[in-house]
Amino acid sequence: MPLVGGLDVGSRSIELVLHDGDRVVEQRKTATTFDPLRQARALLAGVRLDRLVATGYGRGLVENAGLCASVETITEIKAYGLGAAALCPEARTVLDVGGQDTKAIALAAGGKILKFEMNDRCAAGTGKFLEHLATVFQIPLAEFGAYALEGKEQLAINSMCTVFAETEAVSLMARGRDPHDIALGLHASIVKRTTAMLARVGLASPVLFAGGVANNPCVVRLLAAALGTPLCIPEQPEMVGAHGAAVHGCRTGV
Amino acid sequence: MTTNAHQAMWEQLNLDIPAHDGLLAVLGKFYGDIYLSQSGRLNGMEYLDFVLSEVHGLRIKELQDAKASGRKIVGTFCVFVPEELTLAADAVHVGLCSGAEAGFAEAEQLVPRNTCALIKSFIGFKLARLCPFTESCDLVIGETTCDGKKKAYEAFAEHVPLEVLEVPQRKTAADRLLWKSEVLRYKQLLEELTGNQITAEKLQAAIQTVNAKRRALQRLNALRQADPAPISGRDALLINQVAFYDDPIRFTASINALCDQIEERVGKKEGVVPAGTPRLLLSGCPMAVPNWKLPYIVESSGAVIVGEESCIGSRNTRDLVSEEAATLDEMIDALVDRYLKIDCACFTPNQERQDNVRAMVSELQADGVIHYSLLFCQPYEHEAIKIEKTLSQHGTPMLSIATDYSMEDVEQLKTRVEAFVEMIK
Repeated sequence: MPLVGGLDVGSRSIELVLHDGDRVVEQRKTATTFDPLRQARALLAGVRLDRLVATGYGRGLVENAGLCASVETITEIKAYGLGAAALCPEARTVLDVGGQDTKAIALAAGGKILKFEMNDRCAAGTGKFLEHLATVFQIPLAEFGAYALEGKEQLAINSMCTVFAETEAVSLMARGRDPHDIALGLHASIVKRTTAMLARVGLASPVLFAGGVANNPCVVRLLAAALGTPLCIPEQPEMVGAHGAAVHGCRTGV
Repeated sequence: MTTNAHQAMWEQLNLDIPAHDGLLAVLGKFYGDIYLSQSGRLNGMEYLDFVLSEVHGLRIKELQDAKASGRKIVGTFCVFVPEELTLAADAVHVGLCSGAEAGFAEAEQLVPRNTCALIKSFIGFKLARLCPFTESCDLVIGETTCDGKKKAYEAFAEHVPLEVLEVPQRKTAADRLLWKSEVLRYKQLLEELTGNQITAEKLQAAIQTVNAKRRALQRLNALRQADPAPISGRDALLINQVAFYDDPIRFTASINALCDQIEERVGKKEGVVPAGTPRLLLSGCPMAVPNWKLPYIVESSGAVIVGEESCIGSRNTRDLVSEEAATLDEMIDALVDRYLKIDCACFTPNQERQDNVRAMVSELQADGVIHYSLLFCQPYEHEAIKIEKTLSQHGTPMLSIATDYSMEDVEQLKTRVEAFVEMIK
């Protein structure tokens, strides 16, 4: 069996899925840093690949870096479509909230893309937004969702801009509001933005929620409530793109 | 190409020489990367390469020579200004610079920051003293095609000799009357400016000149129905851009010569890309020189552009002026009717544009449409929503892009365009 690697070079993290044509053999993950190529090399250390399919914002960087004799690139949109179809074949909509962008994808059976929307130029409402605000709250990013879930009242945060949202959060703090309530409001603002984007692609159920932000329990709960439908969340939601890239590599053959 | 004579001319036109040198250097680099790097280009494109390399040089020299011989230069920003009248008054008709991020800081002192890049650009070019075309003009004609331009012209009028034509918002009989009175007013303005009377004979000749130019561009567009595509979308856009400032008769001859070459190529089933390459129609706002950002991204993503549904494209060339008219009055009516067929997004309703986009998709056998709106261009951003609906009912996928002249979103645009090309493959 040839071994195919799917590599998703994102803005915050790089994921690798190794696939032998039948099943996923191994999954690896590392931070992107300011030297993504070195990180990708390290991630691939000790692996003998027959074929590598790169996706994500750094896909072009990997293309000619000699990481494997056969390298192909596909966009994140296609990769998330294929990954979602492999992990949850009945999914008709994919939402990916990653480190610096958000994608909503309408899918047909088999992972074919019908329509997609992406945020442009600004990283409002993405993982970056949560990361920045968790720092403001002095709470580890991984705990920020659980912290927000302790909020009782969802305070309104109107700005989608990370910088302005911080200003709003700070002025709410200055008025003595409960920080848990403010955190809840910040999470709700992400959900509001993503539901609008999902509506633009038609929002057919079931919805697969992918990307690192799908690990945040507060966003998951608020989003499920806003959509009125349970979400299909893969065990490792950040691996969906790399998984899709690997699936593509298996399909196109070595 | 920057000869001493050019330098002296630019100094005389009071350009900001160091800034202008910088602009030309960037333009040259940009042109090399986007145009000269293409493989399989037609020989006939050498004319366009030359015209573009001399856009601020020899062409400006020609304008200065025309001025010295007593002719007047009229600058425009819109396909609504009837070129036939300008030529019939023996004046020179040129489109003005508005496709680069130049002088924006200065422009933002006259117009709000949330103004589209095209408007900021023409004001910026003037305030930063970078456009030798604007500096050569004896008269600049504005028009009321959107609120942004309308208000910008109020501020612009303090810097150039400006007249604004009122373009109606609807196409009823009353609107036609208004437009006709504006066309007549333009005729009078030209006669006063030039001292030349526009006669039936002169207008008829001008109508034939401009129709011939439009026919050459129609011929080019029709040849692009072939698969494989015989010319890149970038080159076709360049031709449409050059149509706005080159001498019309020389331009028409060179485009017809180019079309002869394209015909040969089509006959041999040769193209700039392999047959079966995804074919896209570009639709929406005009792309003025050197706004080649989106076409370059599209054609670097495995697709080829087969048509431009835009003012710098089919909106400028689709309709001809009837040549049946014998009297001056009849010719004016023919002009009025032709210009009112323009399906600009400033009209309400504007069903024609929906129909025209669909017709182009089918004629050009486009696999999809990329709709391009300039950020803050309300009319086209609105119509993007409508066109996407219309197209989806007919099974044609569309990608809606709203962007400006800056390069900060190139990577994000690449991802979206590549994903769209993957989707339609």
